[in-house]
Amino acid sequence: MNDLSPDRDDRIANLKGLGCSRKRVEDARFTQGKGNYVDDIKMPGMLHGDFVRSPYAHARVVSINIDAAMALDGVVAVLTAKDLEPLGLHWMPTLAGDKQMVLADGKVLFQGQEVAYVVARDRYVAADAVELVEVDYEELPVIVDPFKALEPGATVLREDLEGQTSGAHGERRHPNHIFLWEEGDKAATEAVLDEAEVVAEETIYYHRTHPCPLETCGCVASMDKVNGKLTLYGTFQAPHVVRTVASLLSGIEEHNIRVVSPDIGGGFGNKVGVYPGYVCSIVASIVTGKPVKWVEDRMENLMATAFARDYWMKGRISATKEGKITGLHCHVTADHGAFDACADPTKFPAGFFHICTGSYDIPVAYVGVDGVYTNKAPGGVAYRCSFRVTEAAYFIERMIEVLAQELNMDAAELRRINFIRKDQFPYHSALGWEYDSGDYHTAWDKALTAVNYDGLRAEQAERVEAFKRGETRKLMGIGLSFFTEIVGAGPVKNCDILGMGMFDSCEIRIHPTGSATARLGTISQGQGHATTFAQILASEIGISADSITIEEGDTDTAPYGLGTYGSRSTPVAGAATALAGRKIRAKAQMIAAYLLEVHDNDVEFDVDRFVVKGAPERFKTMKEIAYAAYNQAIPGLEPGLEAVSYYDPPNMTYPFGAYICVMDLDVDTGQTEIRQVYALDDCGTRINPMVIEGQVHGGLTEAYAIAMGQEIAYDEMGNCKTGTLMDFFLPTAVETPHYTTDFTETPSPHHPIGAKGVGESPNVGGVPMFSNAVHDAFRAFGLRQSHMPHDHWRIWRIAEGLGLHG
Amino acid sequence: MSKKMQITLTVNGETQELLAEPRELLIYVLRERLNITGPHVGCETSHCGACTVTMDGKSVKSCTVFAAQANGAEITTIEGIGSPDSLHVLQNAFREHHGLQCGFCTPGMITRATKLLEDNPNPTEEDVRFGMAGNLCRCTGYQNIVKSVLAAATELSAAKEAAE
Repeated sequence: MNDLSPDRDDRIANLKGLGCSRKRVEDARFTQGKGNYVDDIKMPGMLHGDFVRSPYAHARVVSINIDAAMALDGVVAVLTAKDLEPLGLHWMPTLAGDKQMVLADGKVLFQGQEVAYVVARDRYVAADAVELVEVDYEELPVIVDPFKALEPGATVLREDLEGQTSGAHGERRHPNHIFLWEEGDKAATEAVLDEAEVVAEETIYYHRTHPCPLETCGCVASMDKVNGKLTLYGTFQAPHVVRTVASLLSGIEEHNIRVVSPDIGGGFGNKVGVYPGYVCSIVASIVTGKPVKWVEDRMENLMATAFARDYWMKGRISATKEGKITGLHCHVTADHGAFDACADPTKFPAGFFHICTGSYDIPVAYVGVDGVYTNKAPGGVAYRCSFRVTEAAYFIERMIEVLAQELNMDAAELRRINFIRKDQFPYHSALGWEYDSGDYHTAWDKALTAVNYDGLRAEQAERVEAFKRGETRKLMGIGLSFFTEIVGAGPVKNCDILGMGMFDSCEIRIHPTGSATARLGTISQGQGHATTFAQILASEIGISADSITIEEGDTDTAPYGLGTYGSRSTPVAGAATALAGRKIRAKAQMIAAYLLEVHDNDVEFDVDRFVVKGAPERFKTMKEIAYAAYNQAIPGLEPGLEAVSYYDPPNMTYPFGAYICVMDLDVDTGQTEIRQVYALDDCGTRINPMVIEGQVHGGLTEAYAIAMGQEIAYDEMGNCKTGTLMDFFLPTAVETPHYTTDFTETPSPHHPIGAKGVGESPNVGGVPMFSNAVHDAFRAFGLRQSHMPHDHWRIWRIAEGLGLHG
Repeated sequence: MSKKMQITLTVNGETQELLAEPRELLIYVLRERLNITGPHVGCETSHCGACTVTMDGKSVKSCTVFAAQANGAEITTIEGIGSPDSLHVLQNAFREHHGLQCGFCTPGMITRATKLLEDNPNPTEEDVRFGMAGNLCRCTGYQNIVKSVLAAATELSAAKEAAE
């Protein structure tokens, strides 16, 4: 069909399908205060749970006295590990193959650890009762430094593992060692480094931080003892997995458990894991027979659930004198805290960190990651990134800058001469990945031109001269970053969470009057799935997105899926949606052919209808076809028009981008001002440009926060120093920079619509961009590496260390 | 726990009488007792602004106001700002300019913005960024929130001029 009549354009526009900036359907309820978040859920007779938490980072629990708490009016129960032990629930398995205490079993291993769970009439009474629980602790030596944890004779943190010389990921060489995970050719890499013309060596620390969504984690557990059904509402990024875990832990059969993720107030990885609060709430509901709500407060959120990063990355990169990279060696000391609760696919204890060769054609590489226990909170989640990809991107983008310095070369040019070329895709990296598609040179040139890179460098050189002459106290940094992400986990053969393959799903029902409902195994936490998945479907099945309802998050109705994190919704569930749509279309074609009295192959799809080939005036619209599916007996076809697709992606997708910022920095106050941020993203086929731009803005802001001030910090006693929003930096509208977004479009060759995912790219690429700008500002004065976050004090200290304060 | 107090509030135009402990926070009275769940709890330390309501003509963080302090006050929450049939200009503007994503901060943002535009009907971008700095958003990076508020300001001013 090549009918380009205005009528056809109108029909395309009416679909509101792929590529249009459709306004979001979610917004009506959110702008009117009618969202339904977990803390908005109220049930008759509902009780409230609250935790007694450890004030110590490492201590033996000598005794717990609950008498005073139980005596308080309104207190229904106080659970301790002793109560959970007969159920086998005082410990629970983690996503990383370790186990974690649900409630303190003899000792505590981090400040804020759950010790007892109080259940009471309302949250005020529960909080009062928490104060009345008397816990007698005996303090133990605290280890907050992962290098000290591995010293001979260091205090053994995990006594429960004593004598176990191997864990879920192989050999443990020290009582505080979790695993050594390796990838690449170590001997070949070391040989290349030994012979290299130029080698740059640096230790890059990516500090501990936290996703800190505006809504904290919580749940409402409701055990219906009459029907034997457990309903669990909660802030779950993967509701089906939670159902399976809840079934395995509780012994309740899976068909008797319903898990519902209502509206979620941001996730960013914080809401992937299973936390003691969920387990205790389920137990409390089973014990009391009443619904039990638990919602953590901000301090509990920052102290106890789901830190991110905390990677010490020691790198060596080699090159020819002309700057052609010849090898990369990386060793990571990974601080996992008290329990290894990292949220990674089972076989990848360091996530996809081995994407750390980045966007560059590096012939040989090696990565080794040592996981270590310390007296810090467990977690290790992918904070707005795909499983340790942001650590990898930060590492390589810093190493490139360090190498450029070593070579006395321009860092933009060094990147350009080492990029994987367009004709090398699909590209097999030295660390085992198959990059699906990319055109890095085009993106980089577009970015450099857009910001007038040469002009900026000239201005910067003048600024340095003016600074040296004493005419200004401000330096100028140009922050460069070119990142390649790896998202959309994942092929089931490689990727699983607790044994569940990481496929995803979509089920579509076309209703007789031509509208549709589609359900997915994912769950939006702000991404706008109800808007964008309807667009994918509209283009596939010819029904307007406005006539398609997308539902997610209720395990009783949605097909099984692995959830939303790691930018996997569009690459995996988006593909399932397109393929389910194509099944609908295939059946619709047969119905249309029957109605038009021609052979199946004599009709073809055109926007919103099937037409007879060569006779466009003879057609049946999807609306007519839908009706026929329910009101006509069509020989050889079942009634109805429904389809379901479970999609196992053949590969991950590899979005990429070129980010550049310009920063002015006051050497006397350490204050920074971001003058310009340019972000070019290539996420393959673009579904909704408005939503993409919004996600890029948000991810860049989270990157800005992480690079410039946000951290989870501990003192030597293991006290968390950043437990409130007073200390934990979330930027406001005042300091947040202004962003310019741009794009190139290189579709994924293996995805049904060519889309790659975008939500996390700006965090992955943004952190190195901002950090590189700080380093670049001081490059003329010899700065090699200074660890994030680059807050005013730390920047002042760099200037002081370089003797710039005179 | 001390004796409960008799408290009278006018919330979104409706008079509410209730008994509350002196320590009860306004946000919990609104959410738990009056089922007004538009304002949210994000931090309980006045930093995030998800709980913002208008109290006697001022924007307040209802997570750090005792219900007792609000005795006799007039309170407007997001629920009192527009209705499904007649949305406030700001509610439309946030949708039109993609000023929200997860929606958790949105009720507080819009409530704050109504007050900001009342106090300063023709704000600059800097005015908006400063005036909204008490409300945190983790999803949008603020750029589209600022755009939404500025667009609403323009529309409200035009409507006012037309009326005059």
